[in-house]
Amino acid sequence: MYRSLFPRDVFAELDRFQRDIRQTLDGASPSIRGIGRGGYPAINVGGTPQSVEIYAFAPGLDPDKIELNLERGVLTISGEREATPRNGDAKIAVHIDERFTGRFRRVLSLPDDIDPGTVDAAYRDGVLHISIKRRASAQPRRIEIK
Amino acid sequence: MNHDLTKSQDAQAPKAQARDDVALMPPVEVVEDASGITLYADLPGVSRETLNLRVEADTLTIEGEMALQVPEGMQSSHAEVSIPRYRRAFTLSKELDPDKVTAELKHGVLKLRIPKAEHAQPRKVEIRVH
Repeated sequence: MYRSLFPRDVFAELDRFQRDIRQTLDGASPSIRGIGRGGYPAINVGGTPQSVEIYAFAPGLDPDKIELNLERGVLTISGEREATPRNGDAKIAVHIDERFTGRFRRVLSLPDDIDPGTVDAAYRDGVLHISIKRRASAQPRRIEIK
Repeated sequence: MNHDLTKSQDAQAPKAQARDDVALMPPVEVVEDASGITLYADLPGVSRETLNLRVEADTLTIEGEMALQVPEGMQSSHAEVSIPRYRRAFTLSKELDPDKVTAELKHGVLKLRIPKAEHAQPRKVEIRVH
């Protein structure tokens, strides 16, 4: 009978199992860098035939301090979210503290057909929206039959 | 047996209704000082127009709809945020003054200030020495 070498790792096993299921449901096999789930900021990715759209849910940042890099098809979003100032008041009590603070970095690999020269990024209501056009040559074309 | 069945059905009915209106629970930070409570909530994608704050009896409810600019015909390929709505409710204690709540929304972070009622402000109690 099979016995795990690390029997306490039942949660890791459950996590792996969950990932396997998700991968099956999501269909396509993930890229080698993949898009890790969870963490700050949360990321949504979508696409149209003309562009790739990335939404990073990154509230409470100074837009000037968000670092966005695109290198060889790999997009990196990094920065730091500072804790809210406490005004130096000694008589305060923190009742709930669930918000993310500290440095963050998320990396995602983009499809091959993007044009790195056409990145457009906008920060609005705490959402960083990055739009990258696909190369014209990669766009679907109707071929005329003469 | 029959009684139990009806009971569980009754319990399921409101649940099914609520499922159509599911919402994300925004992470918050709640800090109390001598004069009141400050609440910060992460609501990325929510604008001033789509934020709904209300106090009913002693319950404070924060609700917001995300309004993202999505190009026509976009197909989602990866979604960590799959519900375009936030909701969270808090019970206010008696010493807080719900009429004087102030709210600020900046870069998707809501800051609520709920002051304590005048009579609930801390007072230094004099100790008499006989």
